[in-house]
Amino acid sequence: MTTSRAPGDLSPASAGTAEREGRRRGFRRERLVQALFLAPAALFLLLFFGYPVAKNVVMSLQEYTTRTFFTGEAPWVGLANYATAVGSSLFGPAMLNTALFTLGSIAGQFVIGLALASFFKRRFPLSGFLRSMLLLPWLLPLIVSSATWRSILDQDSGILNAFLRNLGVIQEPVPWLTSPSVALLAVVLVNIWVGIPFNVTLIYGGLQEIPEELYEAGAVDGATGWKAFWHITWPNLRPVVSVVLVLGVVYTLKVLDIILGLTNGGPANATQTLAVRSYQESFVNFQFGVGAAFSNILILISLVFAVVYLRMNRRAVDE
Amino acid sequence: MTTLDVTTARSAPARPRKANRPKLGHTAVGLLLLAVMLFPVYWMVNASLQPSGNTLTADLLPLNPSFEGYEKAIAQQGPNLLTSLVISLGTVVFSLAVAAPAAYMLAQFRFRWINAALLAILISQMIPGIVIANALYAAYNHLGLLNSIPGLILADSTHAIPFVILIMRAFMMRIPPSIVEAARVDGAGLVRAFVSIVLPISRNSLITAGLFAFLFSWSDFLFALTLTTTEDVRPVTLGIYQYLGTQVSNWSAVMATAVLSSLPAIVLLVLAQKYIAAGATGGAVK
Repeated sequence: MTTSRAPGDLSPASAGTAEREGRRRGFRRERLVQALFLAPAALFLLLFFGYPVAKNVVMSLQEYTTRTFFTGEAPWVGLANYATAVGSSLFGPAMLNTALFTLGSIAGQFVIGLALASFFKRRFPLSGFLRSMLLLPWLLPLIVSSATWRSILDQDSGILNAFLRNLGVIQEPVPWLTSPSVALLAVVLVNIWVGIPFNVTLIYGGLQEIPEELYEAGAVDGATGWKAFWHITWPNLRPVVSVVLVLGVVYTLKVLDIILGLTNGGPANATQTLAVRSYQESFVNFQFGVGAAFSNILILISLVFAVVYLRMNRRAVDE
Repeated sequence: MTTLDVTTARSAPARPRKANRPKLGHTAVGLLLLAVMLFPVYWMVNASLQPSGNTLTADLLPLNPSFEGYEKAIAQQGPNLLTSLVISLGTVVFSLAVAAPAAYMLAQFRFRWINAALLAILISQMIPGIVIANALYAAYNHLGLLNSIPGLILADSTHAIPFVILIMRAFMMRIPPSIVEAARVDGAGLVRAFVSIVLPISRNSLITAGLFAFLFSWSDFLFALTLTTTEDVRPVTLGIYQYLGTQVSNWSAVMATAVLSSLPAIVLLVLAQKYIAAGATGGAVK
């Protein structure tokens, strides 16, 4: 209690109001404690999400370079950084690579994830254990996965080329990560591998929600196998599918670890995406303004998908 | 994840089998699928034990294992592994301390703006890390937080805090308010009730959230890359990246470091399977 009551207030006549007063003060105190529970998280989100987004917008309108750190000056340049970003010869390829990387990754992860989830939905000895072990690629640090795949994909000493040659699929070793024509494909393949567990887990959860009776009723009508999949599984899985796909897009758009670890954006810029451009402008070229412009374009694209996600997912938030 | 509901933790109802014979054929296919999926992980372990350090001459099985790679890895990356450990533990403590009380408020009390708050938390998870790194670099430069462990703990908590809030809130929504109210009637304050009742009941979700906070921070690469400029504070993820920077001729040390960096994930997956599975669906938003 912050204020103390005057002793005279305790006279019988004013006891009722005093009690009400006390209760109101208790209520206010309760509200204060509630606010204290929330304050640290609110402050953190404000400082580490709110501020960076705002700062990024400001930076993208300034000439913000290494010099800024010494002189403290960051002259306003309007939309010049955006003009530089969009006008650069790498913008078109970066957009295209981002689109191909995202679409390829999502398609691969989803199809394989759906197949694995459907398979592990059956109950057989060890099914639960095997399914949880499947999560491992998702839990490994991404840079570890990059390093491992770099050794596997190595042109001369990698196991993949040795394997394919033994099978007779290829005659000459494929320069997976050093040829501009296949590097993007290689990066997509690795990202598919990384994303499969996430897809399996969410889709498996969705499959579990479909009532068994639907399949039993379907079987009576002759819907089994693929028919059951098209007429029962797919329609009932649709909400989960949309969420998996949209979330997949939002997460894939911002992937950096995999690309930097495997190719560093090379060879010959073949694996430059918007996220990589943003990183390289800011932290390799020290053009923070241009880097911010690139990442704001990335945010805008993510935002479109985020809105789609939230519309589909409104119920979950409203709960 | 969509419903923030822990679906896998629920076991499917036991139904009578038509044939009681276990479906071993399915198990065999399942094992094969798992073997294909986890082959890269096996290959990482195998390559780390190859004596030549050159994967071209690597055998399919490490029949003559050599620990040279590990000796090198520990000599070169030992301090970095330690740095990663300190940062990750710090992130766990900080994120749980900040997020758990907030999760409780958002789960058990009615506010008009609760949907807006949840929306903000969901959206925050979608902001690309490079945006945060960009702004933090400038701010950290001013504040002297570059190349510092507290700086990285704070930055790494951006992965963990939104996740912890969502996953703990999902759990705490299921705590019956009557339990806490009973304690309140007995005179316990909100803080007291939270510490002595809510937290103990929420033990499992605290463990799940803590494990993920650890893994997120342990795996962080982007903040390590952008918010450190010297060798002073160097997480092991950055150590691996530097190995990759030059033409790699000796893979055994790189793969040994990769194996050591994978240990937390492997150990947690084996020991805390049910928590991991619950967390993966509970808040799967990584």
